[in-house]
Amino acid sequence: MAVKTEEMVLNMGPHHPSTHGVLRLELNIEGELIMKVTPHIGYLHRCFEKHAEAMTYPQVVPYTDRMDYLAAMGNEFGYAVAVEKLLGIEVPERVNYIRVIMAELQRIASHLVAIGTYAVDIGAFTPLLFCFRDREMILSLFEMTCGARMLYNYIWVGGVSHDLHPDFIRKTQEFIPYFRPKIKELNDLLTGNQIFIERTANVGILPAETAINYGISGPSLRGSGLKWDIRKNDPYANYNKFDFDIPVGKGLMGTLGDSWDRYYVRVLEMEESCKIIEQALASIPEGDVTSAIPKRVKPPVGQLYSRIENPRGELGYFIISNGTTSPFRVKVKGPSFVNLEVLNELCKGHLIADVIAILGSIDIVLGEVDR
Amino acid sequence: MIYNYFFNLTGSEIASAFICCILPLVYVLTYVLYAVYGERKVSAFMQDRIGPNRCGYRGLLQTVADLLKMLQKEDIVPRNADKPFWVMAPIIVFTGCFTAFACIPFSSAFVGSAFSLGILIVMAASSISAVGLLMAGWSSNNKYSLIGSLRSVAQIVSYEIPTFLVVLVMIIILGTLDLTVISEKQTAYFWNWMILGGPGLSWQKFVYIPFMVSSFIIIYISTLAEVNRTPFDIPEAEAELVAGYHTEYTGMKFGMFFLSEYGNMFAVSAIVSILFFGGYQSPFGYLGNSLNLPWLVPIEQLVWFSIKCIFFVFVQMWLRWTLPRLRVDQLMATCWKYLIPIAFVNLIIIGLITVL
Repeated sequence: MAVKTEEMVLNMGPHHPSTHGVLRLELNIEGELIMKVTPHIGYLHRCFEKHAEAMTYPQVVPYTDRMDYLAAMGNEFGYAVAVEKLLGIEVPERVNYIRVIMAELQRIASHLVAIGTYAVDIGAFTPLLFCFRDREMILSLFEMTCGARMLYNYIWVGGVSHDLHPDFIRKTQEFIPYFRPKIKELNDLLTGNQIFIERTANVGILPAETAINYGISGPSLRGSGLKWDIRKNDPYANYNKFDFDIPVGKGLMGTLGDSWDRYYVRVLEMEESCKIIEQALASIPEGDVTSAIPKRVKPPVGQLYSRIENPRGELGYFIISNGTTSPFRVKVKGPSFVNLEVLNELCKGHLIADVIAILGSIDIVLGEVDR
Repeated sequence: MIYNYFFNLTGSEIASAFICCILPLVYVLTYVLYAVYGERKVSAFMQDRIGPNRCGYRGLLQTVADLLKMLQKEDIVPRNADKPFWVMAPIIVFTGCFTAFACIPFSSAFVGSAFSLGILIVMAASSISAVGLLMAGWSSNNKYSLIGSLRSVAQIVSYEIPTFLVVLVMIIILGTLDLTVISEKQTAYFWNWMILGGPGLSWQKFVYIPFMVSSFIIIYISTLAEVNRTPFDIPEAEAELVAGYHTEYTGMKFGMFFLSEYGNMFAVSAIVSILFFGGYQSPFGYLGNSLNLPWLVPIEQLVWFSIKCIFFVFVQMWLRWTLPRLRVDQLMATCWKYLIPIAFVNLIIIGLITVL
């Protein structure tokens, strides 16, 4: 008797515990084997780019917060840098330092969420709470600085909205020595765990060539062994003043470019961010942080593409100015959106459980995918 | 025996049988209420949280409140579900779990049925739940439930093999299937426990010890898998399958799955402690004997039994909040490539030693 078998279509999402937001994945499965993954996006589309055209340049800043809501400082930073380039203004040195400190703190916070939720995807719940406990302290630092915990509207075109709180530097200097042992604790609990390695090593291997072809950036690209970081390769603000390394995947537990490598790059990057913050705190100059904020932002006619390194990869702003106070066009190249494209390539031939492990390792934020 | 005691008291077979049934149920329900609370507190402790602390003194009534909430919930049946099977599934799972308690000796005076094939009944009854899980997954008409239940059944069936092989080892050594007799043989002090080679003082006792330890590890791992606990909670892997076979269940039907999960945790802990840690036997002798109060002994035994079982349940919780989850093929590999061969070798060597 011939048994009739057919592919099953499994809808994963839009509300599913581990699609990191409202992503819908259409899985064609044969038993538990993945034949094809089709991501369906757009559930969080908020017309950011269209909105931006109707507002003046400074008014766009709060909207950028809401793209990658786990790295709002980075989004503002990128936008401010782009508009400043368009205007051709230089910001005071203190502003650059503050921005770098904020962006690096934000990078740690964002990676903590990425690592914590990744652990949950793999089935370990405890690291999530450890990560969130530490992230909470960073959020408190942000709250002290600008009053908000998630969406800051802190980095403005030409400066930052307030100077640092008098306690900020002391508290941050206390935070770094507190945080370093926690990275080790995380490594003991999760990174070296044999079950975790079994689940992530050799899963979702992304060769460097494929990564480049798909335009992957950020930790996912560096996990494949490529040393590409915009902070080093195309420095913005004053990143060239700081001494830090770019961690890359080495295939320690399996093949180069597997999920474990992408995960581990994030762990190492937190340490590098700590280094940058320490150096910045030690040498931050005094000065006025609001002096360079223009009264009226009216860039000359022109267009430019400016990019920064956000926790998830290359965040680019393409801005066209027609000489008025509102941008003619703001196009965002969001790292999450670009990185998500490679999902089908990575998942083919793996099991359902691996889809989650791979999706978690490329670390997307749906707010930025959909914008 | 408890049955005879109640039979003499009431003079009615039905009434005394009924009381004998109710007692383990009361015990198990009380245990589940506080195991759920305990799990939440244990996880909170491990994760730098506080855990439930609003309902009653330090949150002790939290699970009672949860249970009341579950009882009041609307009983939703999915439109395309296969209704009879859908309704039956939680009942079968719970029945299977609870039947296992019939033969478990809680103390020398308190065993539902001192049946001479006790351990077989316990293992068989706990396997019934596989049928219920398959029914639940299939009749929900939900793909996640279906995949979850298929995984679950594959897992339970595979992991029963190492469990049985280890039980077989114990049967060879002890020469009995009766759980009460097994407990009685490991009487008096902890060096008579099977994990330390069992009663008596022959050369075999010392040879047994390494094999007992490895058998204990095998049975503990495979029972973890049988009750679907982390790192083997693949059937209900929430990251992938939402909630596995019980995705569609609400209210008290879900409550019954939940109850049987915790009940099963206790049942397998009881098996492990009976086989290897002397069951209800105290490790240091009895206060009742030294004070010459014979009625105190069974109560002490109940306490010791509870302590041992709850300790193993605690270890299960501890593992759950520490370890990630294996993938389904790795789970099968663990069973077929490692546990079963090792268990077989154990069985053969123990058999040879016993013959000698």
